[in-house]
Amino acid sequence: MTQVARQPEAGKVGKRAPAAKPRQRVKYNRRETLAGLAFISPWIVGFLVFTAGAMIYSLTLSFSKYNLARGTMKPIGFENYADLFDDPKIVAALSNTLIYTIMAVPLEIIVALGLAALLNQAGRGAGFFRTVFYLPKMTPSVATASMFLLLLNGNTGAINQFLGWFGIEGPQWLVDSDWIKPSIVLMTLWGVSGTMVIFLAALKNVPRELYEVAELDGAGVLRRFTHVTLPMISPAVFFNTVILSIAAFQVFDQAYLLFWRDQSGGAAGASDSSLFYAVYLFQQAFRRFNFGYASAMAWLLFCIIMVVTAVQRVVSNRLVYYEGEVK
Amino acid sequence: MTAVDLPAAAATAAASAPNSAPRSRPGRVPKKVKRGIVVVVLLIFSAGFLYPFAWLLAASLKTRGQVFNNSLAPNPIRWQNYADIWRELPLGHWMFTSIVIASLAAIFVAVSSSLVAWGFAHFRFPLRNQLFTLVLATMMLPAAVTMVPTYLIWKHLGALGTWLPLFAGNLFGSAFYIFLQRQFFLGLPRDLFEAARVDGASYWRTFWQIVMPLSRPSFIIVLLFEFQASWNNLQAALIYLNTGSIEQFTAPLGIAYAMTKYSPTNGGHADYQFVMVAALLVTIPMLVLFSFGQRYFIEGVATTGRKG
Repeated sequence: MTQVARQPEAGKVGKRAPAAKPRQRVKYNRRETLAGLAFISPWIVGFLVFTAGAMIYSLTLSFSKYNLARGTMKPIGFENYADLFDDPKIVAALSNTLIYTIMAVPLEIIVALGLAALLNQAGRGAGFFRTVFYLPKMTPSVATASMFLLLLNGNTGAINQFLGWFGIEGPQWLVDSDWIKPSIVLMTLWGVSGTMVIFLAALKNVPRELYEVAELDGAGVLRRFTHVTLPMISPAVFFNTVILSIAAFQVFDQAYLLFWRDQSGGAAGASDSSLFYAVYLFQQAFRRFNFGYASAMAWLLFCIIMVVTAVQRVVSNRLVYYEGEVK
Repeated sequence: MTAVDLPAAAATAAASAPNSAPRSRPGRVPKKVKRGIVVVVLLIFSAGFLYPFAWLLAASLKTRGQVFNNSLAPNPIRWQNYADIWRELPLGHWMFTSIVIASLAAIFVAVSSSLVAWGFAHFRFPLRNQLFTLVLATMMLPAAVTMVPTYLIWKHLGALGTWLPLFAGNLFGSAFYIFLQRQFFLGLPRDLFEAARVDGASYWRTFWQIVMPLSRPSFIIVLLFEFQASWNNLQAALIYLNTGSIEQFTAPLGIAYAMTKYSPTNGGHADYQFVMVAALLVTIPMLVLFSFGQRYFIEGVATTGRKG
């Protein structure tokens, strides 16, 4: 990316002032610098206030007790962080979110890649199917949740009715604590098409010659997939894994709408088994107005996401193949 | 190569070079059959993906007693639900609010992100690449970290309970859209803008009269993405509008309210057909948007992946 950015510059510098080329430092034109800064100024202001400023504010809050009535903060050291580790709901919310992430992300990758691979083989009909698969992605989460509230009903829901045709007695999806996370995974999978589109674009970029060569060497469908397709699209697999994991850690809408939308604390069946991290954070912040505690929760989430992303990056350095990369 | 001369080519290849046997191995599934199987599998998946929509449409036309049966053919068909909904719920208000907020959010973020992206794409200034890395880094930041301070900022500005917090933050650009627009700008020929400068056009005029018209495709992507994101945004509405009157809700917040209102556990009468009508009516604008802008949505998502 940075390479692309530098190319036009390099050309220009070379054209205008060949003498400047060997020099290390680029001389900036004052007018141009001011104009550039003026164009990016909206972002600078937004960054200083709503990102950097907000982060410092949030960090301060996490070490304070916030008095809502007076709007004052009292420093209390690490108390909020210490409380996090004593709060059984944090443990529940974290483990629910983690289990959900571990279930959802691999399934999303597999289903999205499977659909993309099928679409890639579908020839002229691919456009139609792609549209069909994309429609759920356009559906607002409130609509999805309203539908699945009834579709997943353990007694009358269409999904259990369907399973019944095969003699399977479906679970109490939204009530049984073991099935709450799979319920949300199912809803997430319905909207998997965004990931699918990214995979489809990656698949289209795999050079055909590679398959032809592999086929001549006698590689079967499976070997061609594991030895040609997967390495070639590994950057997309990595990207999707990171993005989906970050999203999964912050899952909110579905869990909130199905289990916690009631103002007084929870809809029917709301229990610790349906408490996800982002939902609990929201409750602490905007239902109980424990801003300090909620901020400490947010920073814990931030650290977890950073660690997970870093681990994924280390793993990816060994597994991901970037074309044109010099090692 | 057309389908007609494909077998012929394969035959000559097989005849002239016995080594290329895999091509004509008799046990192999012919291409047409293979494609047929793929299409059948895709049709089965499509049925699964489309079923909830069919179910929703049917449920929205049922009576209270039938909304739990999963028949796709409601009997009787109760069109009356679509007339009653406006009296049952202030859905008109909600949709209007959502349209206004989503439009402003989309326009604000598209214009501001374009300005910023042009700043990063065209001009050379100290620390430019470092600053752009910072833009990309902010994409990783979980929203939860800045959620409370942002709320307190709007509170200090006296904007709680107004629509302002739901779109005004978009005036400062958004990292992903800045990235998207910058990618597009980098693909434009630089000479064009140099020429405009030579002709005496200011940077500002060059941007509005040359850059913006040229970047229409990616500008539309940003508009559509943000309109959808805003239309879908439940959490911000929960934070900023939940205490106000019901009429002031956005569509997602309103439907969340309706889900509770009709829930038997909250003393409702399980009139879920109204929730389904509302769910369908807030989905339709998105489907319309997609039918017109499908190409932009798909291209936008595909571009996301190229970032990695």
